Amino acid sequence: MYTEKVMDHFQNPRNMGEIENASGVGTVGNPKCGDIMRMYLDIDENQVIRDCKFKTFGCGAAVATSSMATELVKGKTVEEALKVTNKAVMEALDGLPPVKVHCSLLAEEAIHSALWDYAEKNGIKIEGLEKPKTDIHEEEEEEDY
Amino acid sequence: MDKKIIYMDNAATTPVRPEVLEAMLPYFTEKFGNPSSIYSISAETKKAVTDARETIAGTIHTTAENIYFTAGGSESDNWALKATAEAYGEKGRHIITTKIEHHAILHTCEYLEQKGFEVTYLDVDENGLVRPEELEAAIRPDTILISVMFANNEIGTIEPVAEIGRIAHEHGVLFHTDAVQAYTQVPIDVEAMNIDMMSASAHKIHGPKGIGFLYIRKGVKIRSFVHGGAQERRRRAGTENVTGIIGFAKAAEIATKNMEEITGKERRVRDHLIERIEKEIPYAKLNGDREQRLPNNVNFCFRFIEGESMLIMLDGKGICASSGSACTSGSLDPSHVLLAIGLPHEIAHGSLRLSLSDETTMEEADFVVDNLKQVIERLRGMSPLYEDFVKKNS
Repeated sequence: MYTEKVMDHFQNPRNMGEIENASGVGTVGNPKCGDIMRMYLDIDENQVIRDCKFKTFGCGAAVATSSMATELVKGKTVEEALKVTNKAVMEALDGLPPVKVHCSLLAEEAIHSALWDYAEKNGIKIEGLEKPKTDIHEEEEEEDY
Repeated sequence: MDKKIIYMDNAATTPVRPEVLEAMLPYFTEKFGNPSSIYSISAETKKAVTDARETIAGTIHTTAENIYFTAGGSESDNWALKATAEAYGEKGRHIITTKIEHHAILHTCEYLEQKGFEVTYLDVDENGLVRPEELEAAIRPDTILISVMFANNEIGTIEPVAEIGRIAHEHGVLFHTDAVQAYTQVPIDVEAMNIDMMSASAHKIHGPKGIGFLYIRKGVKIRSFVHGGAQERRRRAGTENVTGIIGFAKAAEIATKNMEEITGKERRVRDHLIERIEKEIPYAKLNGDREQRLPNNVNFCFRFIEGESMLIMLDGKGICASSGSACTSGSLDPSHVLLAIGLPHEIAHGSLRLSLSDETTMEEADFVVDNLKQVIERLRGMSPLYEDFVKKNS
């Protein structure tokens, strides 16, 4: 069901953990739906993401997308990180099963949420960053059978 | 990649026993005759099917004429509900069932609701038990059918079937039970328990897939489910699944004859698993009733983690198990059974079912618990819910 890359990032997650006194922390998802992601960002004075860590409660895809998302934003500037989309996360993982696409959306949202926290803490405005949704399932519709 | 597989998902399906396969094999080749044909090779197949029907009837204390072979549990459930609705729809349009039934019952009930029937879905208590007094109170003059599962497939709770049967009959209402999980794990006497219809399936008891039966008590006026030839007393036409029937009967015979020994073995391993998990893994909760429980069922919720990741990690260790998490069902909601026993969503997501057979050993049980401990520790280390919990309580 999962690609080798997804399995690899699930079994050997990169950057799993916490950052103390992080520049920005974002938590998205809903325990009701079975997935919560928390992203920690350490951002230097030049707005470069020095370090990024995550913690995730969720399925294999939720863990793998979090792990990949941290890899993709690490070393990037805040502005570049904002351009890491769920599509980029999915592509980097060689794809996700259709029912798991929402995990990649959650990963994107988690980054945005951590960036938002960073911006608020520092009283800056990041161009193009909107206040993140906490629950990406709100807009999903139930499938008919 | 020659990893040892530890199979603890016998409630999903079971391997065919060698004796069962052996009994089936001749009916694929030299004994291939159509039981409905006239020549002597067919007489032999016909007799084999007749004998198999008698064997199966004996396992639930009824006679062969009340056993109707189907393609499995889901078909039997569909047939029982739809045909009762059709045959008794003029008498009344109310059906009583529970919130913890298999989807073969629940989705058939939803379908019947669209056709103008009214369905009452009974609540269960925190152990998954139906309350007989609530069931009795739900009966109305227009109630035509009560369908309550014999034992639950997820949490293993065995329902008070004899009492439900008695209540149903006191009120002149038909009683169907889905016994797919209970059949041969629990002694069943359809007469003593006032069961009018009962569904069972072969592949849960080390028989082949694609064969089941519906027991229909004589006198219950249920019509044909499949129209065509005269097979299954004209109620389910189509050439018999001869090999399946032979295999089913053999599996049922072995399981019934050795029920005490088989379930005794299962119970010992089950209790060992429960004891070790409760003692060694914190924030674990046993789901289902401790006493009224299938001998082969273990079901736990582990807080702060999600079921699918647990299953993938266990699979990495060669352990096959199942979960009621949303991610394993393809929807956003966790198991309806776990929600019905009152678990919050986030806890229901972290469920694990281990279902045993008589071949499950103590060593395998120990291997599973040893690995489970590591898996849960690892996943909790990754979980923001656990992080919050620890911070809050430190």
